[in-house]
Formats: sequence, structure tokens, C-alpha cells
Amino acid sequence: MTDVHDAPILVLLDRTPDGAPAASSAELLGAAATIGTPVALLVGPGAETEAAAAGALGARRVLTVSTPAKTLGVPQVDALAAAARHVRPAAVLAAHSVEGREVAARYAVRTRSALAVDAVRVSRDDEGIVSHHSVYGGTYLVDAAPTFGAPVITVRPGEIDDRAPAVDDAAVEEIEVEDSGLPGAEIVAVEPVEVTSERPELRGAEKVVSGGRGLGSAEGFELVERLADALGAAVGASRVAVDNGYAPASAQVGQTGVSVSPRLYVALGISGAIQHRAGMQTAQTIVVVNNDADAPLFEIADFGVVGDVFEVVPQLVAALEERRGA
Amino acid sequence: MKIVVLMKVVPDTYVDRTLSLETGLADRATADLVLDEIDERALEVALAHADEDPETEIVAVAMTPEPGVTSLRKALALGATSALQVVDDRLLGADVVLTAEILAAAVQHVGFDLVLAGDASTDGSGGAVPAAVAELLALPCATALAEVELTATEVTGLRASDGATVRLTAPLPAVVSVTEALPEARMAGFKGIIAAKKKTIETVSATDLGVDPEPADAARSIMLAVAERPARTAGTKIVDRGDAGEQLAAFLLENRLA
Repeated sequence: MTDVHDAPILVLLDRTPDGAPAASSAELLGAAATIGTPVALLVGPGAETEAAAAGALGARRVLTVSTPAKTLGVPQVDALAAAARHVRPAAVLAAHSVEGREVAARYAVRTRSALAVDAVRVSRDDEGIVSHHSVYGGTYLVDAAPTFGAPVITVRPGEIDDRAPAVDDAAVEEIEVEDSGLPGAEIVAVEPVEVTSERPELRGAEKVVSGGRGLGSAEGFELVERLADALGAAVGASRVAVDNGYAPASAQVGQTGVSVSPRLYVALGISGAIQHRAGMQTAQTIVVVNNDADAPLFEIADFGVVGDVFEVVPQLVAALEERRGA
Repeated sequence: MKIVVLMKVVPDTYVDRTLSLETGLADRATADLVLDEIDERALEVALAHADEDPETEIVAVAMTPEPGVTSLRKALALGATSALQVVDDRLLGADVVLTAEILAAAVQHVGFDLVLAGDASTDGSGGAVPAAVAELLALPCATALAEVELTATEVTGLRASDGATVRLTAPLPAVVSVTEALPEARMAGFKGIIAAKKKTIETVSATDLGVDPEPADAARSIMLAVAERPARTAGTKIVDRGDAGEQLAAFLLENRLA
């Protein structure tokens, strides 16, 4: 271990509605451990009770700020500023989530720090910390660095495979925060999104099965779910499928919607508009089933089937179930 | 009410978009430039409010190289009252924070009760500029709203974040960004296009706005390297002759994907 790897990396953790560190936390702390020593920051009521969970995900130190959560964003920015003064980090990481990127942007403005958003990896070179970005749906790879100082980097959820070793005896510290007094939006009500499915979450899923126009109806779309369940995959959809009400908006893969880079991406009845490709073309293996032999998505498919999804997919599901049983 | 809508001019996504491998900047010369669709939805929120309240004034603001003026003219044709274009060669490749500094100065220049924007552009997709603008203006921000209700004194809305739906309220003035859950913009009618010709588009530089693009005390994010990912090539393609499902199952099992 060299000195630079002892440099504190301050990590703002998102929290779920019930207070636990969000799913992105393991990735953020894993990324932080590749460039320094992960220091977690938890903000909001019950922060100290979640400190051990942050340690288990690799935080060597956990800073807590137990301010009320009624105002949106401002307490987090104030807490992040106080935490950064306290630990003097070499970089600040946050999730590229709705909450994380907002706090990161406000913090960068307030401290006149360099902000790099939506990174898919972080690393170190001779001159400091570098963030790596996948641009235009993965067509380009761009590396960025700050002109000076500690960069503020938001990290795209579901992209980091590194995990930090669990820390049993993380140092936990409640820190003092000076209230900036800045106005914020008020939270009137929070309704947790009901998770009704056993399926993996689309963002960060190892495997994704998506359906498009070719499924024809919401009933037809059930075929996508059957194959997803047979493969243990998450369910995605093209914009057409979402616009036609076959699938919820949260399932939309593409330019607008979720970007995925799973090991396996299966596209059923999706022609492959550029906007859709932008959200999935970094998948390791792409499988396409479509009755239109000219569908553009075939151009990037590792395995393409020109055929009727309603015949090919049931046969595929049966074959998978049979071999699993055998 | 005076509403400023922040608008970005982006390469059209219906064609392949390119980054210059020399500068790392979006190649705007070869691209068709359009108003970002998400910002048109933000404009529609303002237009819908203007339908209810004729006293509403809407200013479209964009930081864009000179040819972007065509897109601002479209915003005027859709119904914006006037427009402000920030043009400055020193802003090429501006990072998130510099972009926000320019836009914050621009909205102060025109005056406002509410700043509206799309939540994330279709090209940069950073989703950070509206929050940065709010911080610079010391205003409340309500970002990524999937529903927006406006009154003369406050904005309320619904934000779908990871794992929860949050109902928010903020007093005006405030900065609001909207998602594509909101309705598309209306079409520009012939009357709108004619009327747009009489509307004003003010052009200013960073200096006019009092923003120094290269101050000594602020760190910027800069590009170190840009590379094009090798294009994917097609692999096996079969036509179903009754056993394609079996063959696909074999492919998945062989590659340990099932």
C-alpha cells in the first residue's frame, strides 16, 4: 500500500425509504477502495444505526449527520461540505441517482470543485484521480480529470464490479454541521415503490430480457416475463412497448430510460432504433428474436433468430426448463 | 408570472452522433441540431400555464453556438415570448459547473419567477445542471418531477426516485426540472411561426453576463482522452425452421448464459 491509497475518499450514500444504505452503496464503496480509503457519509434520521451496514460494505470510517429529512437536498449538501472539511478527501463520490447527482452538483458549485458526472469507473494515474465515462450510449469512452483539487464524481449505478472488503470495526463519528440556511423544496409525502416481483432490478442486472412492438399487446408481453423468469433475468422494454402500455415506464431501456450493460441482453420483437441501442449496446452478449429480417438490431446481435417470437420463445423456455430438469 | 425555460440544442438522436476524436467535443458540424425533446416538454409546462394565465411571460434561454439560433426560433414559434442566446467561443466544451454559471447569470439577466428545465439532456445526460443552477441562485430546487402543478406562489410535484415516489413543494422563485413523463410539446402552428419572426432573440457573451470562463479559483473538469469503442459486429443469424428455440437454448447453455 502506497501513501496515495491511504487518501480518504468521501462517499455520500443514498438511503432507501426505510433508511438502509441504497443498493448503489456497495458499488460506491467498492469504487472508492480502488483509489483510496473509503469514508462513508450517512445523512438523515437514524444515520448512526446504519453505520455498521456501511462498514460491512467496506467503509473504514463512517460519518453520520442525523438531521431531519424534511427539506430536500440542502441538509445533504451542508453535511457533505462539513464532512469534506473534516476529512479533506482526495475525491468525493456519490451515486448518479436523482438524489445523489443533485447533492453532488450543489456541493461542487458551493466548493468550486470540479464535477464529473455519470462515471462508469474511477482510477488513479500519476497526477491524481481519473473518472471514466461511457458517452452516447457507449459509443465513446471519455476520461476526465479535475484541473486541480479533489474532484466530485457521480457514479452510474450498476456499473462497478469492485467490492471493498467488509470492515467490522469501522470508526463511527457524528459530525457537527453548520446549517447553510439555504431554502430547499419541502418533502410532503414519501411513498415507497412496492416491489411486487421476485425478479432482479433492471439497473445493474446480470441478464435482461426486453420486449418491443413485436409483442403486440400487454398479454403478449407476458412472454417476455416468462423468458425472464426462466433465465433469472430482469424485464426491460422498448419505448414503443412502454408508450403502448405493455410495460411500465420504469422498464424502459434506452437513451431516455435505463442504460444497461448486462452479460446477456435478449431483445424480443424490438427493431432497434438508435435510441434503444444507446441503452444496451454495451451488453456482453446480445440475442435478438424478430420476424423482420431487416431489423437493425440484428447488426449488433451475437445470436439472431429471424422468426415469430410466439413460436421461438415458448420453445426456448421449454428447452431451458427441460435441460434444467435433466 | 415570468418563466425562464433552459433549453439545450443537441445533435438529433435519429442519426448516429459523433464525438470529435481530436477535441472530444460533440461534432456539431455533421449533426442535425434540434431542441432537446426533454426541454420542449419543460417549455410545454410553461405554455400550458400561459394558456390558463395570459399574463405569463416565457423566456427561452440557451447556451449554444451561433447556428443554435434556429432552435430558439422554434421555441418562439411554439409560444415563448422572447429568447436569450449565450454565444461565446470560450464556452466550447464547458463543463457542468461552468454551464450552470452561465445559465444562472443568464436567468438573472432576464429576470424570473420560475426556472424550468429538462431533467437530463439526451446528449450529455448528466442531469446535474438544474441543481447546480439552483445552488448558484440560492433557490429551492425540485428536480426530476414527473408531475408539476404551478400556482402564483408555489410549485408542487411528484418525483420518482429510486425506491420511492416523493411529493414535493417549493415556494417561488424556484428551479424545477421535469422528466419525459410529462406531455410532449405542442406543434408549432403557421401563426406561431409567423409571430416568431417578430419576437426578440437577444444575444450575449460570457463577458456580457459577467462570467469568467477561466477563473483561477474554480476547478474545472477536463477531458484527458477520448476513444471510440470498436463497432459491434453481427454474429450468427438463423432463420427459424421450427427448431430456432432449441438452437438458441443450446447457444445460451454453451456460453453459460442460462
